[in-house]
Amino acid sequence: MHELVNTRHNLQIDPHLHIWGWEIGVYLFLGGLVAGMMIISGFFIFTGRTKNTKCSCFLIPIIALIAISLGMLSLFLDLEHKLYVWRMYLTFQWTSPMSWGAWILLLVYPVLIVNVLLKLPEELYGNFPHLRKISEYLNSSHSILQTIGMISMIIGASLGMYTGVLLSALGARPLWNSSMLWILFLTSGLSSAAAFIHLVAREEEERRMLAKADNSFLIFEFVVIMLLLVGFLTSDQVHIEAVKLLLSGEYSAIFWVFVVSLGIVIPLIIQLMAVNNKIRHTVIAPIMVMLGGLILRFVIVSAGQASHWSGQVFR
Amino acid sequence: MARYGMVIDTKKCVGCMDCVVACKVENNVPEGYNRDWISYETAGKFPKLRQEIRSERCNHCDNPPCVYCCPCGASHIAETGGVVLIHEDKCSGCKACIAACPYNARFMHPEGYAAKCTFCIQRIEKGELPACISVCPTYCMNFGDLDDPQSKVSQLLEIRKHHCLIPAAGTKPQIYYLT
Amino acid sequence: MKSVSRRKFLQISSATFAAAATIGPVNYLSKGSKLIADDKLQKGIHKIPTFCNLCFWKCGAIATVKDGTLWKIEGNPLDPLSNGRLCPRGTGGVGAYSDPTRLKYPLIRTGSRGSESWKIVTWDEALGFIADKLNKIKAEHGPEAVAFFAHGIGGNFMKHLFKAYGTPHIFAPSFAQCRGPREVGFELTFGDPIGSPERTDIENTKCMALIGSHLGENMHNSQVQELSKAIENGASIIVVDPRFSIIAGKAKFYLPVKPGTDIALLHAWANVMIKENLYDKDFVSNFGFGFEQFVAEVSQYTPEMAYTETGIEPQVIVDSARELARSKPASFIHPGRHVTWYGDDAQRSRAIALVNALLGNWYHKGAFFKPVKMQVPPYPYPEYPEASQPRADNPDRIYNWADEEEGLPTGIRDATITGKPYPIKSWVVYATNLMNALPNQEETQKAINNLDLMVTVDVIPSEIAGWSDVVLPESTYLERFDDLNISPFKIPFVGIRQPIVSSPDDQKPNYWIAKKLSEKLGLTNYFPWNNIEDYLKTRIESAGLSFAELKENGIILGSKKPIYIEDGLEYNFKTPSGKVEFYSPQLADKGLDPIPKYIKPDEPPAGFMRLLFGRVPVHTFGSTQSNPILRDMIDENEVWINNDIVRQNGLNNGDYIRLRNQDGVVSNKVKVKATERIRTDCVYMAHGFGHQSKALFNTYQKGASDSQLVTRYKTDKLMGGTGMNVNFVTIVREA
Ligand SMILES: Nc1nc2c(c(=O)[nH]1)N[C@H]1C(S)=C(S)[C@@H](COP(=O)(O)OP(=O)(O)OC[C@H]3O[C@@H](n4cnc5c(=O)[nH]c(N)nc54)[C@H](O)[C@@H]3O)O[C@H]1N2
Ligand SMILES: Nc1nc2c(c(=O)[nH]1)N[C@H]1C(S)=C(S)[C@@H](COP(=O)(O)OP(=O)(O)OC[C@H]3O[C@@H](n4cnc5c(=O)[nH]c(N)nc54)[C@H](O)[C@@H]3O)O[C@H]1N2
Ligand code: SF4
Ligand code: SF4
Ligand code: SF4
Ligand code: SF4
Ligand code: SF4
Ligand SMILES: [Mo]
Repeated sequence: MHELVNTRHNLQIDPHLHIWGWEIGVYLFLGGLVAGMMIISGFFIFTGRTKNTKCSCFLIPIIALIAISLGMLSLFLDLEHKLYVWRMYLTFQWTSPMSWGAWILLLVYPVLIVNVLLKLPEELYGNFPHLRKISEYLNSSHSILQTIGMISMIIGASLGMYTGVLLSALGARPLWNSSMLWILFLTSGLSSAAAFIHLVAREEEERRMLAKADNSFLIFEFVVIMLLLVGFLTSDQVHIEAVKLLLSGEYSAIFWVFVVSLGIVIPLIIQLMAVNNKIRHTVIAPIMVMLGGLILRFVIVSAGQASHWSGQVFR
Repeated sequence: MARYGMVIDTKKCVGCMDCVVACKVENNVPEGYNRDWISYETAGKFPKLRQEIRSERCNHCDNPPCVYCCPCGASHIAETGGVVLIHEDKCSGCKACIAACPYNARFMHPEGYAAKCTFCIQRIEKGELPACISVCPTYCMNFGDLDDPQSKVSQLLEIRKHHCLIPAAGTKPQIYYLT
Repeated sequence: MKSVSRRKFLQISSATFAAAATIGPVNYLSKGSKLIADDKLQKGIHKIPTFCNLCFWKCGAIATVKDGTLWKIEGNPLDPLSNGRLCPRGTGGVGAYSDPTRLKYPLIRTGSRGSESWKIVTWDEALGFIADKLNKIKAEHGPEAVAFFAHGIGGNFMKHLFKAYGTPHIFAPSFAQCRGPREVGFELTFGDPIGSPERTDIENTKCMALIGSHLGENMHNSQVQELSKAIENGASIIVVDPRFSIIAGKAKFYLPVKPGTDIALLHAWANVMIKENLYDKDFVSNFGFGFEQFVAEVSQYTPEMAYTETGIEPQVIVDSARELARSKPASFIHPGRHVTWYGDDAQRSRAIALVNALLGNWYHKGAFFKPVKMQVPPYPYPEYPEASQPRADNPDRIYNWADEEEGLPTGIRDATITGKPYPIKSWVVYATNLMNALPNQEETQKAINNLDLMVTVDVIPSEIAGWSDVVLPESTYLERFDDLNISPFKIPFVGIRQPIVSSPDDQKPNYWIAKKLSEKLGLTNYFPWNNIEDYLKTRIESAGLSFAELKENGIILGSKKPIYIEDGLEYNFKTPSGKVEFYSPQLADKGLDPIPKYIKPDEPPAGFMRLLFGRVPVHTFGSTQSNPILRDMIDENEVWINNDIVRQNGLNNGDYIRLRNQDGVVSNKVKVKATERIRTDCVYMAHGFGHQSKALFNTYQKGASDSQLVTRYKTDKLMGGTGMNVNFVTIVREA
């Protein structure tokens, strides 16, 4: 028998109680989504395949701008002292993933804006002739386009990785303590982005390509999740306890049903069948993938906060 | 440079919470929040039980993840004795440090900044003991320079069995519990 | 004059709270607290000595005022009781000032008794109302028809008033509901009571046994401080308790005694010490009386016999007896304090005294010292009038060893209900919550309903205030002078209480109330002093001490006096035989057991467990739950239930349940603390929670009230104490 009682009743600091809420989950999801979008569109621009992937290359950056702004808003909503966001930009703290993140976010904007400027609607060019000049310049050489594509991919990947590193660097929460976390978040960002483009793309060719890409991302994501779980299970007691939250504890139902089954396995099956022309493409699978990605962030954020080092001293 | 720490004798502590009350009054800690707290740990089967009672707070870690993760440079290690402190006016309230502390020693002050035990820096700089220690009716808490082999804290660690909390987290806590 | 409903009353008492409860951190530097003293204290830090009133221990304290507002209260290093450190309640004392539930204005009841509906009146009206009724009662029934109840030093001036009024009926719950049995048990044995503060020399002990007495949860400051020194010195501790208390965790021997069987254990200890020749033969042969009879009696109490009663392994009984004996005379059994448990309590205390006698530890360092006291003459008041009738609480002195100064509150309650031996028409209650302190609330209510006048002086709207006709709001200890503290202890000293801040509303101090009432009762000759400082000054100067020094330092120490045999003290046993009475002819005379006998306690009915209760360190009884600082530490009690029982009932730690007692009384809902730290045949909770007064709005119905469940009690045959550990409860699931 072991009893560990402490006198705290402080909702803000007790282990299983809330530090970060839905805002951080939403932010991490949108950050991952935007990361995926930047990588995908950057990839197409880099490889010069803009013809068949108009949506990815020209619409998605605009959506990504909106999404990252919503993500920032969400992050901002979480700040206890909203007026003081600027305090993050008075300094760069190299040991702090959050500081890296803050600055990466700042870089995301110009990169996305350059992307957007590659091709704008005709009406805009009418009103702002300068914009046409910029677009023309950006499109003027292959190497400029390649550079833009490359930078998009790099910044996108940094953004995607950082959302995972942000959590995994917090050693105090065992469930976040895995170097698989950034790979997971990056892959999940890619799969969500692919699913999203699949949803909004007009051209059959592009949709097909992204469905296929999505399937690879989903398979990879599934493998990463399994490796993450195995990694914990073969670690020390604290981490085993932590992963039990997902395997059999409080968060197991939502994890297995919404994240793994409805968010990965079932949409993967649907899309595999669709790609092989067994069934028609519908909006269902991509929506499931995106919801799965969102719920994954929610689960990891809350279960991570519920996981803790044991304060017990007697063994 | 001094390295301040506490050495707390669990054999004498009765878990009365005087230290918690004193901190609250001295530092005007808002209602519903505490900078320190008591853990009561019991093992065994009645009536063969063992018990340890500990007055706990920020460990002023030598390797403080809360400082490393702070994006604003608000969490920092102070000149005075390596005490871990927060510049309230640099803090953005991002809560990374709260998530980073394995001891859950930090909380978000209702005024919007991270807060925790300060080792009563305003008192120790005047040569007074931290408030919690100065009230403790069992005299079980000791404060001093862990780097000074002559200090009471160092000497207690020399002669008594002790442990610190969650050493596996790698934070190098500066509060020790005598057993 | 406005008439206010209970709701309005709530608003009235919560007005300051509403202000404090607005978003943002609460400022304990009780905002708006005004300094009594002059303007030059309004800036900077100032320290004013006083003594604590969060309990009755009276620790010397120093309050710090910062920029004209109260900041903190710390111990006074000069004070022998606190040594400069207060207990958690004392440290949280600033919350007594800022308590949002505080009474603010004098109130007169408008609804039925207990309905908590009032109108606000002026002090003049309130005291006029009381005086009219008291004068009328005196004229019609005599002054004996009035009973005055008080607990603590604040009652002194009012007590004086009622003695002047002519009633012999002065009561306190600190005898028959608390310490009485041990005072009687020790006085019958050694000729001297234990007294308060206890004469136990814990600091120097080598071995101490605690029977229940849960030091560390029971936060009587000096004892806890000494306990820690004893631990530091390597003293061994023996704890006898059905519950694994905090101090049990530090004990060398923990004896998980079956509740109510301690006498069997104590006699078995005596048996072992005698059989193994471990006792102090010189002391016993020189100073013992009736030892042979005692030996004969305890010879039946073998460790094996005690095992069947107490459930404590015979070997543990033998080993702990040897442990005690090994360190004699610097070893002792603590007499306990709240010892009104089973109705055989004075006899149990005697059994404790007798094992101590075997250890020959009386007046010895590390055991029982002889308390010394500062000689400060009383104020030269006129003689009190003689009572014309004998006391009604203990007619014919059936309880021969009942105390006269503290009386038998349940005795006067019976008299008030029955009107016998003569009618009781008024209760005046100062700083004691009789509804919580006395067993069986229904009887208390019945008695109150028979009164013509029921008055309560309190600082918060306690349960007993809710049952009163007139409620008088007192200034807290931080806002007033009080009588001098002249406690008997290890060194003579005197302490002063003085105001730090002024009262925030229309509260007045007890001496002011007493003096004003004396004017209305025509008793001004009993209050010849003009103001309180004159009174205090007169007393202090008549002791040859300086009033200015006392005000400045808070404490004046006397010179050291011998308190141990080791200092050259000599024995003087004030028993009839002049010796330590192992056999008590006094008891035999009254037809009572001259040597304590073990009586089997009643067994709980099937499915029931015995209800036990005690203290949490951060609260004093039921009087601090509304203090915002202390409430923030613990805001509701839990009921401790053994893990096995919790599991059998399909419950979990933290579930809310209710308790129903043998008489069908159901408690408020209370959290289960599922624990290994208690026997399976009893449950335990902290006393004082589960408040029933709605006006205590921030603590109303938080946790369960043991007082509500204590409907039965067993009266001690020697001294009229009310044994309250005789109630059984069962679990009622909360839907
Ligand atoms: N914090 C705080 N401290 C206080 C007070 C307070 O209100 N708050 N009040 C003060 C006052 S006035 C008093 S009188 C004291 C009271 O304090 P004590 O005299 O120490 O306590 P009790 O209430 O008699 O005892 C409670 C303990 O007795 C155990 N017990 C119950 N039944 C039995 C039994 O049959 N046998 C044995 N051996 N043990 C048993 C219980 O499990 C519990 O641990 O505390 C004082 N100190
Ligand atoms: N069921 C049960 N009954 C018990 C006990 C138990 O453990 N359980 N314990 C017993 C013991 S040991 C004792 S000593 C008694 C204690 O019994 P009481 O002395 O009645 O103790 P409290 O219940 O704290 O009531 C004290 C009252 O005084 C008020 N008060 C506090 N400070 C002041 C002040 O400065 N001025 C005025 N005017 N009022 C003030 C408080 O608000 C409170 O209403 O109870 C005994 N009865
Ligand atoms: S004040 Fe001292 S004895 Fe009380 S809980 Fe704190 S450390 Fe322990
Ligand atoms: S205990 Fe927590 S808050 Fe304190 S220094 Fe260590 S990691 Fe930081
Ligand atoms: S909450 Fe404040 S102190 Fe903590 S990491 Fe964020 S900025 Fe730094
Ligand atoms: S050192 Fe000061 S701030 Fe830290 S817990 Fe003690 S009283 Fe509070
Ligand atoms: S024991 Fe605690 S509450 Fe009682 S007088 Fe002393 S400090 Fe105050
Ligand atoms: Mo008591």
